[in-house]
Amino acid sequence: MSTGTTKLDVVVSDVVPVNDLVTRFHFRRRDGELLPTFSGGAHVVVEMRDGDRTRLNPYSLMGSPLDTREYTVSIRRDDVGRGGSLFMHRQVKPGLEMVISYPVNLFSLDLRAKKHLMLAGGIGITPFMAQTSQLAGAGGNFELHYTCRTASLGTYADVLRERYGNRIRLYHDDREERIELDRLLSSQPLGTHLYVCGPAGMINWVRDRAAALGWPSETVHFEHFAAPQPGAPFDVTLAVSGKTIRVGEQQSLLEAIEAAGVDPPYLCRGGVCGQCETNVISHDGKFIHNDHWLSEEDHRSGCKIMPCVSRFEGKSLVLER
Amino acid sequence: MGITFRKETFRDDFTFKNSPEHIRRFPFPFNEDAYMYAVNIEPHVVGPKGSVLENLIDVDEHYVAEMQDRALVLAEDPLRCQSLPHMTLAGWDLLELLMEQQALGYPEHFTLERNGDRWRWINRPLGIDDTFTFGDTSTLPYGPMEYITRQSQGDFCILDQRDGNLWMDAGMVTTQADWSLDFDIGMNFFEWHAPVPLAHEKGIFTRALKFLTNIQQGKPARRLNWTMTINPRLDTSPENYHKWGPDRATVTPENVGDKVHLRVELQSFWRLPRSNGIVFPIRCYLIKMDELVTQPKWARRLHRVIRDLPEELATYKGLTRYRPTLVEWLSKLDDGSPTSSGFGPD
Repeated sequence: MSTGTTKLDVVVSDVVPVNDLVTRFHFRRRDGELLPTFSGGAHVVVEMRDGDRTRLNPYSLMGSPLDTREYTVSIRRDDVGRGGSLFMHRQVKPGLEMVISYPVNLFSLDLRAKKHLMLAGGIGITPFMAQTSQLAGAGGNFELHYTCRTASLGTYADVLRERYGNRIRLYHDDREERIELDRLLSSQPLGTHLYVCGPAGMINWVRDRAAALGWPSETVHFEHFAAPQPGAPFDVTLAVSGKTIRVGEQQSLLEAIEAAGVDPPYLCRGGVCGQCETNVISHDGKFIHNDHWLSEEDHRSGCKIMPCVSRFEGKSLVLER
Repeated sequence: MGITFRKETFRDDFTFKNSPEHIRRFPFPFNEDAYMYAVNIEPHVVGPKGSVLENLIDVDEHYVAEMQDRALVLAEDPLRCQSLPHMTLAGWDLLELLMEQQALGYPEHFTLERNGDRWRWINRPLGIDDTFTFGDTSTLPYGPMEYITRQSQGDFCILDQRDGNLWMDAGMVTTQADWSLDFDIGMNFFEWHAPVPLAHEKGIFTRALKFLTNIQQGKPARRLNWTMTINPRLDTSPENYHKWGPDRATVTPENVGDKVHLRVELQSFWRLPRSNGIVFPIRCYLIKMDELVTQPKWARRLHRVIRDLPEELATYKGLTRYRPTLVEWLSKLDDGSPTSSGFGPD
């Protein structure tokens, strides 16, 4: 059976510029009913119909899980990406009817934690907006360290400071403020869980230091959706469905497979959930693996690919799809 | 018109019986003349009217008697209901799910009124009318999981999802086929399934875990499992083995039809929205051989399944002692003619 999610028919109820780079989008159900309850850290996949192209991008829900009249997501404009964020910023206006997925949580709080220590970088703040709301409502113990480039780009820093006071620590790159990570990780009470969401470099840094300082891996949680990267077009043969397709420069392999009428399962579309894992039947060329799901061994083997984020350069690629 | 709830017992004088309509709706678990493990999981969607799948949470004529039996078990052994401290939120998720589903399926028996976080729950069969604050445990007489599962048929395991595994961290388990929540609490998926024979070698649990950890909100799944029980006893727990174990030595050719019961579990799997946990309701259905063989197809098929069951499975399911007597009794109802495919009676 397919493990995809159920879809929700929504209407854009508000579009709010937050700062120079980030815009917030509000969705309500078209039938006026409440949206499904979700848990802090969950994302939805937003379907963007842009002419004859369809993009499906995941975005973290950032509203309070206690309020399901609307969902909100905040999207940073990426001027050199594949165009999903530009579509949202330029084309999506209040009143537009859209389709989003049911919420899926791949960055769940561990509710056993005595304390939740959260580290956010840039737009990685969004899942923590929902998680802090959830924890605050239940009297949970949390502390959030948030790095941003400048104060004016510190998306929701003011909101968070107002809500939670000293539990929020801000660090601004332009003032050379840095998280004292080793000191922070060395001074936490027993039973603390660590959560990190931000750029890949930050996630790797935090995970490496936590491991070096003896944090058990099951207490370190991270979310990094790799956005699919653009790249040179390439041709693929889908052996099961008997089709040959071309993956465009701005298209992901998964999107190209879907455009050919083949529907592999998916959840995150960001290389972390493992749903769209695809077997390689034969290849002559080089894989560009961008996922966080397959092991290094899998990557080296040339037998598997995650079509949501990974690409290929070379003469021929045959997939079991 | 609603359900007519039977007055009956699952212990001592064992007056439990199925009405003719309930015999026809029994979830017979064999769709062919042989049985072996499979990952027999399918979407838990509403099925035909008059079947146990007519509603996603089934309430039947045994509801009131089952809830009375649960209360007796809990009075003797409170550890049948346990919830580790981090599972309270999941308990509220389960309370919402069961109240919503029971009110939706059986409006003549259950009503849920929601006014923000102020909820009123009316359970007419059990004479309950409570108003409480959703999320505030102090406004209920029990924790949220215990409160609602004292009013819902079937056992319930709530599984926490973390580290790519599922953990048995809360549950209400009083109608179980010889396993113990008190023993399994806190274990992960592989640990609590360790005693099951054959399935590990087939890689079934690895695949099942992968499937379960990907269950999505709004898309529950289900499977059937089965065993046999002597006398219609819901509580066949290890804790009470001294009460029911010896029953297995009491089966004779004369009393097979009355004493031997097919026990079917309708297991379903649901993602819980606030806690991101999974709830695993295990709903037990019992039918005695005399009732089951009123459907000739089931009689023929059950004969073939029990006769040909691999020895390891018969041992695991605890059938060894009375299997020859049962097979002999069933063989008289099997003329060797073919059975139609599918689960239902002809």
